[in-house]
Amino acid sequence: MLRAPASVGRAVRVSVGDRDGVLGGLMLAPALVYVVALVGVPFFLAIALSMASATVGDPTIHRFVGLANFGRVLHESAFPIALRNSVIVTTATLLVTIVLATMESELLVRDFRGKRLVQILLILPWAMPVSLAAVAWLWLLDSEFSPVDWLLRAAHLLGPGTAFGPAQHLYYYGREWLGLGAVVAINVWRLLPLATIIVLAGRTSIPRDIFEQAEIDGAGFFRTLFRITVPALASILVVASMFTALVVFGDMTVVALTTRGGPGYSTQVLPYWAYLKGIEAGALSEGAAVALFMFPVLLAGAIVALRVAYRTESR
Amino acid sequence: MATLELRALKKHYGAIHAVDGVDLAIAESEFLAILGPSGSGKTTLMRLIAGLEKPTEGEVLIGDRSVTHLPPRARNVSMVFQSYALYPHMTVARNVAFPLEARRVPRAEMEDKVNWAVRLMGIEPLLARRPARLSGGEKQKVALARALVRDPTLFIFDEPLSSLDAQVRAMARAELRQLQDRTGVTTVYVTHDQLEALSMGDRVAIMRDGRVHQVGTPQELYDEPADTFVAAFLGAPPMNLLKRDGRIVGFRPEHLVPGAAAGSDALRLRIRVLQLEFLGAEWLAYGQLENGAEPRQMLLAKLAPPSAAALRVGEVREFTVERARLRFFDHASGKRLT
Repeated sequence: MLRAPASVGRAVRVSVGDRDGVLGGLMLAPALVYVVALVGVPFFLAIALSMASATVGDPTIHRFVGLANFGRVLHESAFPIALRNSVIVTTATLLVTIVLATMESELLVRDFRGKRLVQILLILPWAMPVSLAAVAWLWLLDSEFSPVDWLLRAAHLLGPGTAFGPAQHLYYYGREWLGLGAVVAINVWRLLPLATIIVLAGRTSIPRDIFEQAEIDGAGFFRTLFRITVPALASILVVASMFTALVVFGDMTVVALTTRGGPGYSTQVLPYWAYLKGIEAGALSEGAAVALFMFPVLLAGAIVALRVAYRTESR
Repeated sequence: MATLELRALKKHYGAIHAVDGVDLAIAESEFLAILGPSGSGKTTLMRLIAGLEKPTEGEVLIGDRSVTHLPPRARNVSMVFQSYALYPHMTVARNVAFPLEARRVPRAEMEDKVNWAVRLMGIEPLLARRPARLSGGEKQKVALARALVRDPTLFIFDEPLSSLDAQVRAMARAELRQLQDRTGVTTVYVTHDQLEALSMGDRVAIMRDGRVHQVGTPQELYDEPADTFVAAFLGAPPMNLLKRDGRIVGFRPEHLVPGAAAGSDALRLRIRVLQLEFLGAEWLAYGQLENGAEPRQMLLAKLAPPSAAALRVGEVREFTVERARLRFFDHASGKRLT
C-alpha cells in the first residue's frame, strides 16, 4: 500500500483567518471608516448647514432656520437658469457620450491595423491632467486665437458675408448657447473614455457566435446593431449613463474654467453656483442648500437606473 | 436544396495551415459528417463553407455557383452553433422569426413559416419564453426551428449535441437525422464524436491537420480504412496495428479470437492476457504479444462472454485472425496496401 509521508496529516492550528466573522469584520473596517469619515459626515454636515444660518465668517450650525435657505435660493433669478443649464448640459452630454461610446466600442471590438494606436488615442483624455486639458480647451476655443475659428474662416464659414459671420470670431465662452455647447463638448471629451470602457466591457462579454449567427441569418450592420447589440447592451448602457450623468451633474470644474457661468447667469450650473454662493460669497448655508437641492432627484434616478439594469440583466 | 463542392480549399493563418487543400463534393440531400480530433481544421472548414471566413485559396461552390467571395447572408446557409447562439433578449417566437425579418419577408408569410417550423419542432408551448428559461434540449429545438424557417440551401451543424446530457443525446441524434430525412436539406455536420458521425452521416469525411484523410460511408471507413490514422481513429477500441515483415498489419479487436485457426492461412499470435474488462454485452481483453518482432506490443480483443470465460489473466494463449479480416498498410506512409 502507498502512503503519504506522516507529517502531512499533522494538526494545523486554527487562526483568525479561519474565523469568517472576525476576518470579514477586519477587512471591512477600513472601507467603513473611509465611507463614514469622507462621505457620511460631510453629507450630514451639509444637511445641517443648509438648515442653519451659517456664513464663512460664522460657520456654526446651532441657529436652526428650517427650510428658509431653500426658499430664499429658489426665488433667486439665477436658480431657474442654473437648474435649466444643469439639466441641459447633463442630458446633452449623456446622449452624445452614450452614442459615441457605443460607436467606439463597436470599433474597438473589431480587429484592424493600428488598433493599439486608436485605443491609446481614445483613452488619452482620461489620462490627461486637468490643468493641461484646461489650457488646451481654453486655447482651442479662445476668443481671439481659436484654431477652430481659423479653420472656419479658412473654409469661408466665418467672417463678413458668411454663414456664421459677420464677426471674425465666435467668442465661444462669451455666448449663452455656444458656451453651453462648449461645456457639453468638453464634458463629452472628458467622460467618453470611461463610458467607452464600460460599454466595451459589456460588448466583449456578449458571446461572439450570436453576432455570427446574426450574420448567417442575413442581418446587415444596422439591424445587428439595433436588434442584437443595443438590446444586449441595455443594462450596461444604463450603468454607463448613470456614471456619466452623476459625474456631469455634480461637476463645476468645466464651467469654472471656461465660461465662469457668464455672461450674466446664462451658462451657470447648480454646482458652480453653489460654490460661488457658499465659498466665494460666504453664504455657507445657502450654498449647501443649492448643492443639496438635486440630491433626492439624483438618488431616485440612481435607484431607478440600477433597478432597470438589474431587471434587464436577470430576465 | 443543392450540392456543395469544395475545390482545393485552403485557409492559412500565418504559419498555421488550418485547412490545407480540401476537395470535397456533397450530393443533393446528402448528410455528410466531418469527423476529426480537435485542431484538425474541421471547424475552420465549416466556417469557410458558411462564409464566416474567407479562404486563402480555393473555391466553395453551392449548387454549382461559386460563393467563395460572397458574405454569409448571400449564401442562404443555415448554421446551428454548438452553443445554439439564441438571441438572449428575444422570445422564442422572435428568435425563430429573425432570419425572415432580416430578409424582409412580408408579415403574413412570415407568420405562416414560423408556425410551420415551430410545429415541426414541437415547440409551440415555448413561444413566449426567453432562451434563459429553456433547457438544453429545448434550446436545440429552437435553434433548429430558426435554421429551418427560411428554406436554406444548406445546413451546417457545429457539434450541436455536445452540450446535451448523455441521456438526451441519443434521442436528439435520431430526431436530427429524421428532420434531415424529412426536409431533404443538404447537411454538413461537424463533430469530434465518432458515434455521432458514424450513426448519422450518409458519408463521413475524416480530417486531420487540415486535410481530409478519407471520405466514405461509415461501413467503408470502418472496414476499409485508407490509412493507419483512420484505422486507429475509428472504432472503440480502435484497430490493432502490428509491424510485420516491413509492413503494418491491422485488424479489428472483434476479429481477434482465442483458439486454433479456422483456416490454415490465418494470422496466429501467441498473446499473454494482461487484463479482462467487463463491458456488458462483451468483454475486452488486453494482451501482450509473446512471439512477435516487438514483444511488448499491446493488443486488444473484443470477446463474447463464452470465449472470455475461458481466459485467465496471466496465461499465454494462441489467438487467431482470419486472413480476410487483415488489412495491410505501408510501413513508411501508413497508406493502405492492396
